[in-house]
Amino acid sequence: MLEVNNLTVQYGAIKALHGISLRVSQGEIVTLIGSNGAGKSTALRAISGLVRSAEGHITFDGQPITNLASHEIVQRGISHVPEGRMIFANLTVQENLKMGAYLRRDSDGIAQTMDYVFATFPRLREREKQVAGTLSGGEQQMLAIGRALMGQPKFLMLDEPSLGIAPILVKTIFEKIVEINREQKITILLVEQNAHRALDISHRGYVIETGRVILHDESKSLRTNPQVKSAYLGG
Amino acid sequence: MHTNAKRWLMAALIASFVASYFSARFDQYYLGLAIDVGINVMLAVSLNLINGHTGQFSLGHAGFMAVGGFAAAKLTLLTSDAYFPLGLLLGGAVAALAGLIVGIPSLRLRGDYLAIVTLGFGEIIRVILQNSEFFGAATGLTGIPKLTTLCWTWGSAAIVVYVICSLVNSTYGLGFLCVHDDEVAAAASGINPVRYKVTAFVVGAFFAGVAGALYAHHKRVLQPDSFNFIKSIDIVVMVILGGMGRTTGVIIAAILLTLLPEFLRGFADYRMIIYSLMIIALMILRPQGLFHWTRKNAPNQ
Repeated sequence: MLEVNNLTVQYGAIKALHGISLRVSQGEIVTLIGSNGAGKSTALRAISGLVRSAEGHITFDGQPITNLASHEIVQRGISHVPEGRMIFANLTVQENLKMGAYLRRDSDGIAQTMDYVFATFPRLREREKQVAGTLSGGEQQMLAIGRALMGQPKFLMLDEPSLGIAPILVKTIFEKIVEINREQKITILLVEQNAHRALDISHRGYVIETGRVILHDESKSLRTNPQVKSAYLGG
Repeated sequence: MHTNAKRWLMAALIASFVASYFSARFDQYYLGLAIDVGINVMLAVSLNLINGHTGQFSLGHAGFMAVGGFAAAKLTLLTSDAYFPLGLLLGGAVAALAGLIVGIPSLRLRGDYLAIVTLGFGEIIRVILQNSEFFGAATGLTGIPKLTTLCWTWGSAAIVVYVICSLVNSTYGLGFLCVHDDEVAAAASGINPVRYKVTAFVVGAFFAGVAGALYAHHKRVLQPDSFNFIKSIDIVVMVILGGMGRTTGVIIAAILLTLLPEFLRGFADYRMIIYSLMIIALMILRPQGLFHWTRKNAPNQ
């Protein structure tokens, strides 16, 4: 479904990615793990067109999407939940979700997807009319995922969904990621520092260090790989 | 909300028409002041789209106003009074074109850097006008027919408020707030931030141009010097004081800040000191703006 070949990204004189290649097939959950600054987020940003790639090719469903504008990439069915404060703080929960369906014109379908999002994250329904800036960190993360789902993506990229969130909500969010993948048949590319959880729910994983893919394998093999265990799983 | 806004627009249009009907009996000083208020409301509300809703920082609003004013005044001077309505549209259109030209650097710049570019733009406009014989060089344009009435001004102000309110409250217009809140998240949702930022500049500049055209036919004299960056700052202060992105607050602030310096005239030399102190005090006590309140509900509920 998604194929990345020899992708290089530069921020000024500094190379953040030194030609990484990866592949995600239909229906999979694939994770990128690695330490801070390894280039995981940069890879997602390059795929969704938020940063320009200097070299390399990205194809999605067989079509080249390298360096398209981000709204054109969203149109093709790729949604990106960026890292950090990623909601529209001055808009209500409902308006945030509506903006996720910005490129859709089918109002009935939009209402249906919104019902699905509310069913997946009941907490959001309770807060429907609330201004999003007043939500807790975990609720904001649910909202960001919900907003991405509103665009009816075929392919969903999640950047650090567990960052700065209460542990109990982290568990819920990971369960929902699996549910979205299974029930909605949405392919997922997950960037996560919490390698334990990421390898638990994913089918395959790529280990990235200083802008290079150093290892890729089935997640269950990565979990027992001595190199991964000592570097990312705490021994 | 939408029908409500339409009702408000009709009420405001009728009120300005009625007020205009009786305006012959008004004291000329107060009538002039009422027109100043209308023009400043237009300027502040249109700048609020750029600086408030979309979260950019433009210091070039006086430049857009000047472009509109000079274009419209030249048209009525060269032709006849009958072309005044056309002059208003021409002023708006020329200013919108200027807005497009300034809007383009806004794709790459933000915050302080954008402010400096727009500030430079305003100054370039002023210097070009000052050196152009066609626009009367440093003396500017004089003998402009007095065509701006209370009805034209308040009517236009009502339309500006209506158009901008409907724009930002529409589903399309929520995009302005999204770009303001988080540009990356907006882009990731399929919103094109570039388009919104340029649209804000073009629409904001259009209305500033119309305000400039009204101003020209109100004061009857246009000097490039009166559109210096102090004028831009005045408008920015109205927006900040009113509460960025809050149309009602910005309207009230524009009215207050137009009337206040006039009422402080009795204090002669001290009036600017008092005025400045009041603004400093407000910024310390109410940094979110005088009339900032949070949006409670979704606009269409």
